[in-house]
Amino acid sequence: MRQLRRTMLYVPGNNAGMIKDAGIYPADCIMFDLEDSVSAGEKDAARFLVYEALSTLDYPGKELVVRINDLSSRLGMDDLEAIVRTGKAVIRLPKTECAGDVLACEAQIARIEQENGIEVGSTGMMAAVESAAGVLNAKEIAVASPRLIGIALGAEDYVTDLRTNRSPEGIELLFARSMVLLAARAAGIDAIDTVYSEVNNEEGFRAEVRLIKQLGFDGKSVINPRQINPVHEIYTPTRKDIEKSLAIMEAIAEAARRGSGVAALNGKMIDKPVVERARYTLELAQAQGTLQKEEERIWQTLT
Amino acid sequence: MELKKPGVAGTLESSDIMVTLEPAACTGIDIDLQSAVEKQYGRAIRNVITDTLRELGIHSAHVLAVDKGALDCVIRARVKTAAYRASEETDYRWREAKP
Repeated sequence: MRQLRRTMLYVPGNNAGMIKDAGIYPADCIMFDLEDSVSAGEKDAARFLVYEALSTLDYPGKELVVRINDLSSRLGMDDLEAIVRTGKAVIRLPKTECAGDVLACEAQIARIEQENGIEVGSTGMMAAVESAAGVLNAKEIAVASPRLIGIALGAEDYVTDLRTNRSPEGIELLFARSMVLLAARAAGIDAIDTVYSEVNNEEGFRAEVRLIKQLGFDGKSVINPRQINPVHEIYTPTRKDIEKSLAIMEAIAEAARRGSGVAALNGKMIDKPVVERARYTLELAQAQGTLQKEEERIWQTLT
Repeated sequence: MELKKPGVAGTLESSDIMVTLEPAACTGIDIDLQSAVEKQYGRAIRNVITDTLRELGIHSAHVLAVDKGALDCVIRARVKTAAYRASEETDYRWREAKP
């Protein structure tokens, strides 16, 4: 079944209470942060806390991610040494500027896996691009390693690099979002959008989520549990979408039985791209548990 | 691991524990624990602290622990952080991954 990454909930790595409670929220992924949300003097404490939590606690059904510090510092290397050993989390590399950054991180992960009897290649990675250089190199970054499950945009550093700031409409992010998305799709990995910092502005948040969904993003980083449900609502296919997608899949299956790759439904031609979109809608609905029993049965007979 | 100076880790926020470690003159681990749940969990908390220190090779220390309802993994993390800070060591020894 498709791994959902509609919401990636940030959890500051040195906050014991939030680490304890993170699993009770319905986010698809939990991202423990050792980087910007942890002050310079507490990096060691956060690393021990996330390491012990990952080694002990279960977060059923959640994909776990740890954002490490920049690998050019000793902090980043210490983070990797600790987190890879747990075998529980995807490593999110911050401030990725080029494919070389991904490869350098991958080499260290492979060494730690090998030294600890962990299957080499089993630790996943995510790359966050947060600068002009990173966005321009998104294509080479996204294909740099088979460990990559996704590429994310970090907008706060990016707009600072551009010498602008974030606007409600997000026009300043349009190029970066498009680059990240295209890079992700060309590489066959997920695209995760940046955070929305105004926690109390639900209307603005929903507008941004609708925008990034329309662009094609798989999900969004969220900084407050209150932001989870609006994202899930917007990403949930409607009943009409599901019924239409099932009808498309049935029509194309029927056409295939007749030896044709093209079908018609209600007077409209159905070809490969239409079928691909219907398949994606149904995979999403299945992973979200929104298919009704009968729909689930039909979908299974079609796959 | 040898404690060279006092080391503190953790906070007084809910679900956390603030651990202060100090070198002790005599052998043994002496724990001063303050916790709202001391009657129910005091012995368990002390055991986690002692076991974690022993794993680090520390057999003599004075410990002040102010607990705010921390899970065992939080207690271990805070004790380790305080121990590394008190010993001024930054060459971290992580457990080997289970095969």
